Amino acid sequence: MRSRPTTLLAAAGLIGAVALSACAPGSNSDSGKSSAPTGQVSTDPSKMGDVTLTVWDQEIRGGQKAQITELNKEFQAKYPNIKLDRVSRSTDDLNTTLKLALSGNTPPDVFQANNGRPQMGSFVKAGQLVPLDRYADAYGWKDRYPESVRQYSSYSTDGKTFGTGSLYGLPQVGEVVGIYVNKAKLQKAGVSMPQTWDQFQQSLATLKAKGELPLVLGNLDKWPAIHVFGTVQAQNVQPDAIRKLGFGQKGGSWTTPENTKAAQTLVDWVDKGYLSKDVNGLGYDPAWQGFAKGKGVYLIAGTWLQADLGKQMGNDVTFVLPPSASGSPAATGGTGIPWAISSKSKHPDAAAAYINFITSKDAMAVLAKTDNLPIADTAAQQAPNALGKDVFAAFGTAVQKNALVPYLDYATPTMSDTIGAALQDLLAKKATPQQFLDTLEKDYSSFVSSNQ
Amino acid sequence: MSTQQVARARRTSTSPARARTRSAGPPGEPRRIAYLYLLPAFLVYAAFLLYPLGRAVQISLYDWDGNTLATWAGLDNYAEVVTDPALRAAFGHALVLVFFYAVLPLVVGLGLASILNRARVRGLPFFRTVIFLPQVVAMVVIGVAWRRLYAPDGSVNDLLRAVGLDSLARGWLGDYTAALPAVGFIGTWFEIGLVTVLLLAGMGRIPGELYEAARLDGAGPVREFFAVTLPSVRGEIAVALTLTVIAALRTFDLVYITTRGGPGQSTSVPSFEVYNRAFQQGRVGSAAAVAVVLTLIIFVISFGITRVAEREGA
Repeated sequence: MRSRPTTLLAAAGLIGAVALSACAPGSNSDSGKSSAPTGQVSTDPSKMGDVTLTVWDQEIRGGQKAQITELNKEFQAKYPNIKLDRVSRSTDDLNTTLKLALSGNTPPDVFQANNGRPQMGSFVKAGQLVPLDRYADAYGWKDRYPESVRQYSSYSTDGKTFGTGSLYGLPQVGEVVGIYVNKAKLQKAGVSMPQTWDQFQQSLATLKAKGELPLVLGNLDKWPAIHVFGTVQAQNVQPDAIRKLGFGQKGGSWTTPENTKAAQTLVDWVDKGYLSKDVNGLGYDPAWQGFAKGKGVYLIAGTWLQADLGKQMGNDVTFVLPPSASGSPAATGGTGIPWAISSKSKHPDAAAAYINFITSKDAMAVLAKTDNLPIADTAAQQAPNALGKDVFAAFGTAVQKNALVPYLDYATPTMSDTIGAALQDLLAKKATPQQFLDTLEKDYSSFVSSNQ
Repeated sequence: MSTQQVARARRTSTSPARARTRSAGPPGEPRRIAYLYLLPAFLVYAAFLLYPLGRAVQISLYDWDGNTLATWAGLDNYAEVVTDPALRAAFGHALVLVFFYAVLPLVVGLGLASILNRARVRGLPFFRTVIFLPQVVAMVVIGVAWRRLYAPDGSVNDLLRAVGLDSLARGWLGDYTAALPAVGFIGTWFEIGLVTVLLLAGMGRIPGELYEAARLDGAGPVREFFAVTLPSVRGEIAVALTLTVIAALRTFDLVYITTRGGPGQSTSVPSFEVYNRAFQQGRVGSAAAVAVVLTLIIFVISFGITRVAEREGA
C-alpha cells in the first residue's frame, strides 16, 4: 500500500508529540501567591521610583477610547516616573488571550477582566489576581463604591462564591437595564408615563389596541431577551432571591411560583402581540435602530445605547428604571469590565495607584464628558444631553436604593448559553414556562452542587 | 467504437506515460538523503501541526478550565460527546450542512459547468469570474450580508411578498425549521463558484475527439454527459467534494455571525461548540474532545472520498 510509510510516520509523530507534552495541562502555571500580601501600601506614585506598568484594556471604541486616552495622558503628565505601556485589544481578543497571558511568566500588571466566573472567577481560583481590599481601605474606595456595585467584582478567596468576599476589580462605568420610552408616540397615543408595573402592562394593551408596536425586541443574537426577562423577573421576585440565582450562590431555586409568573408574563406578551414580530429572527442592532427611527414605543435595553439613541432621537426619548410593582425599584444591571492587578506584578502599589487615578472623582467627570456612564458620583455629573441626564439619574437612583440585581447569565459558566437558548424556546413557544424553568434549574443546581 | 470503448481507449492512452516514469525508478539521491531534504519541512509540520494535535488529544483527556491544574478525566469528555444530546445534535447539523455545502453545489456546478463548456459562450471569462466571486469575499462579510437579506423585513421576504408568497415570508434565521437550511443555503451559494470553476477546468481538458466519436456513435447531449464528461472529471469531483465537505464540517464563522447556534440549539455546529466551550465556558478539555472527534470525522470522510475516486479511476 502506497500510503503506509506516511501513515506510520504520522502515527509516530503523534505519539512523540504526546510524549513531549506529557505533563498535565496547567501544571506549569504556578498558582501565583498563595497568601494575600499584607502590610502598609504606598499611595504616593511620585515616590515609587521609575516604574513601567503594562496595561491591557479593551477601551477601543468612541467614548471609551476618548476617556482612557485623556486619563492616561493626565496620569503621565502628573507622574512622569511611571511609564504606561498600553496594549489595547477588542473585547473578544482580550477575552481569548488574557487567560494564557496570566498563566505565563510575564503577565500584564493591570488589565480588564470580565466579572463573570469564566474570567475573573477562574483567575481568582488560580490565585492570579491581587485582592484589592487593602487598597480599597487606603484609597477610600468603599465610601465611593457602594456594596451594590462592589458585589460585581467580589469573590471568596477560593473563587467559588461570587458576589461577596474580597474585592478583585474596580470598574469605571456602570450599566443598568431600563426602559427607553418614545415620549412623542406615547403622548400621541394618549398614554401617560406609567408609574407602576401594572400601569406599564396596561399601557402595553392600550398601545396595541391603537395599532402601535408596544415593545421592541430583536432576539436573533440570543442574549437580548435575557435583559427583558430579567426586567420582568425583577418585578416579580425578591431581589435577594435573584442575586442568589444570578451569582450562582447556593440556596436558590428557579422553580418557584414567582419565577413561573415572570416567565408566563413574557409568554402572555408574545400571545398578545406586544413584542416585535419574528422576535427570534430580528437582530439586536436592527431592532434598536428601528426604535430610533420611530418604530415601537418602548425598548427594554441597557444604558449603553444612550449615546446612539440620544443623538438620533433628541428630546423624543427618555430612559426610566422599570416601574416597580412593590414601590422599591429593581433592575438588572452591573458594571463595565473592571480593572484588576496580576499577582505576579512587581509593582502592585503603582498598579493600584493607576486604577485609583482612572476611577477618581476627576476621572468620573472625564467619563461623563466622553459619553460614558460614570459608576461613582453619578448624580453629581454634568450629562451630555437630555437623555444622558435621565440615564445618569436612573443609574444614580438604582445604586442609591440598592436596586441592582445581576445579569442572569453570570450564574454558571454555561448559563449564558442555557438561558439564551431557553428564552428563544420560550418566546417561540417551543417550551412552556415550566419546561423553561426546569432547564435553568438543571444548569443552576448541577453547578451549585459541583461547586461545593 | 462504442462510447465505452472510447472511454477505455482514453484511459489506456495515459498508461504508457505512467509506466515509463515508474520503470525508471525514483530519480535523484538515495532514500536516506532524500529524508534529509524532507527534514526542514517535517520540523515545521511537527512544530505547528503534530505537536498542537498531540497536545489537543492530551488535553481532551483532562478536565481543565484553562489556567488551574487540570484533573485527569480519562475518556469522560468523549463519553459526553456521544451521550450529550445537544452535542450529538451539533454533529447532526454538520451533516445536514454537508448536503448544502457539497452535494447541492456539485449537482448545480456540474450542470452549470457543462452548459458553459458546451455552449462556448462569448465572454466566458466574465461569467467564470462572476460565478467565482463569492469565494473571494471573506466569510464574515458574507454572513453579515445574508443576515440582512434574511431579516424579517429583508430582501428575501420583500421578494416573496412581491410575488404574492406572503405566507412564506418569515424571520428566516429565527425560525426553528428554516434556520438550518437558510444557513446551509449561504454555503451552497458560496461553494457553487468553486465547484463550477474546478469542473470547468477539468472539462476544458477533455479532448474534442472524444465528443466527436461519441456523437458519431449517436449519443445525445445527456448520453455524452454521462459517458464522456462525467468520467473525465472524476478527479475534479473528488477535489471539489473534499474541499466542500471539509468546509461544511468545520463551519464556524457563518454560524457565529448569523445565528450563534440559535434559535434554541437548532443551528449549533461542532466548531462553534469548540469555541464556546474553550473560550466562553472555560471547559477546555471538553472543547478539545469535540475538536478531536471532529478532526477524526473529517479525516475519515475525506480519506474515503479520495479512496473511492482513486479506485474507480484506476
